[in-house]
Amino acid sequence: MGIAARNGSRSNFKGWMLEIRDEKRHKLSGEEKTTCLNDFHIAHGARMAPFAGYMMPLNYTDGPLKEHMACRTGAAVFDVSHMAQLDITHPSGQAAPVLAALEGVIPANLIDLPEYHQRYGLLLNPQGGILDDVMVIHAGSYVRMVVNAACADKDISWLAGHLTGFGISRLQRALVAVQGPAAAKAVAQLVSLPEEVRFLQVAVSEFDGQQIELSRSGYTGEDGFEVSLPEIVAEGFVTRLIENEGVQMAGLVARDSLRLEAGLCLYGQDMDEDISAVTASLHWSIPKIRRKGGAREAGFIGADITLADLAGGSAECRIGVIAPKGVPPRSGTPVFDSKAGGRQIGLVTSGSPAPSVGQPVAMVRIDRDFANSDAPVFAEVRGRRLPLTRCDMPFVAHRFYRGS
Amino acid sequence: MEKFTQEHEWIRLEGEVATIGITDHAQSELGDIVFVELPEVGTKVTAGGEMATVESFKAASSVYAPVTGEIVEINETLGDDPAQVNTEPMGAGWFVKIRLEDVSALDELMDEAAYLALVS
Repeated sequence: MGIAARNGSRSNFKGWMLEIRDEKRHKLSGEEKTTCLNDFHIAHGARMAPFAGYMMPLNYTDGPLKEHMACRTGAAVFDVSHMAQLDITHPSGQAAPVLAALEGVIPANLIDLPEYHQRYGLLLNPQGGILDDVMVIHAGSYVRMVVNAACADKDISWLAGHLTGFGISRLQRALVAVQGPAAAKAVAQLVSLPEEVRFLQVAVSEFDGQQIELSRSGYTGEDGFEVSLPEIVAEGFVTRLIENEGVQMAGLVARDSLRLEAGLCLYGQDMDEDISAVTASLHWSIPKIRRKGGAREAGFIGADITLADLAGGSAECRIGVIAPKGVPPRSGTPVFDSKAGGRQIGLVTSGSPAPSVGQPVAMVRIDRDFANSDAPVFAEVRGRRLPLTRCDMPFVAHRFYRGS
Repeated sequence: MEKFTQEHEWIRLEGEVATIGITDHAQSELGDIVFVELPEVGTKVTAGGEMATVESFKAASSVYAPVTGEIVEINETLGDDPAQVNTEPMGAGWFVKIRLEDVSALDELMDEAAYLALVS
């Protein structure tokens, strides 16, 4: 699921400062919602800003760079409670009818999703554009979906309109991500896990007398868990986690650079309602069984254009690039085919310093012809063309736990 | 003598030459600074005109010239160590030195007390 700090596009210094003040006004006016960890964030020195309708921590006192590195070397704890957790039920008390119905709106293999497993998928509109990217969890007797905060209302309406006879409820629950090589050990100290939980598996356990659900997943490329828990125990849970050496809170800025290094897309930047799954290079999420010739070919909203795109109909795709040291090409930066003049052939959709790479990295939506060639490409930053080097994604290798 | 602008720059005058940087408040709001793009020596700058760019971890921000004049020196050490702007914003993290066209232009800027009142 995509999530990150606000668009990193260029802002002037004065404008930036005004923005900071505006943020304070937002907060005072009460327009933004807060998560149940709001007081905790402020007490821990978080710089708060509005994101997707919530006041969220951008970073804590150590700053985003240290928070980023903590996630790669120890563990980082993120409050992601702004993301919506939806429970979808069927009168039968079974998950199977829900999963079957969801195949009508998500081009994934959900019918075969095993119990207590989760899978990534895309909600598509009839034009094949991406309404949201979501996680679907087989929770035994029902299905849980975790969706982007900014898309939650839209998703709920969309699902309610296309899944008749099902119950859809948004949970008032906290969601905490614990990510990094030290994450599993830190979680295991607080929670007893029934058995080995591997990447994209889900377990139910208890913390402080309350039921919690843990999925071995996240959005940083590291091993770790996303933990859904009652709001009443959320602060106790994160407080206990960060008592561990090398485990610290991290905000949205670090989350953005981490997910970018991991080659993971952010909704609203790298994809949106006008971008198809193939254009966003997210077609890996569409399995053979739902493609042309598959046993459950098509049968989802947006199938016509998606299948045409898969057969070569999409003129653009997403590639990874490394930029010269120092100057990150940010979201919205144009990409050209020449050091001077020439033609715009792409657009940076996400770009950031990448501390674990050592040079800034970016994702570029680019003419497919250029993606598949060795022709040089340049980002235009402040009037200068910077040479970009194509790079396979992820920029930093994934370290998911797939079993001992 | 130190003066401050509403755009969060500081100016320290010695003779006709002013050293300029961004304030502690500014660096703290920007967070980790990863790159500073400075003008070339000899560039003429106008008060309020764009003078430099600061790349923080999350965004690029323009820095404006607080006074009119000519750039006579830039802080080359920021190339290797931009984080000096975070650690010593009013010392080793200075940006440029400008020879002022009109020293009296500083009179219009804030003193430290007024600036601190602005950001508090």
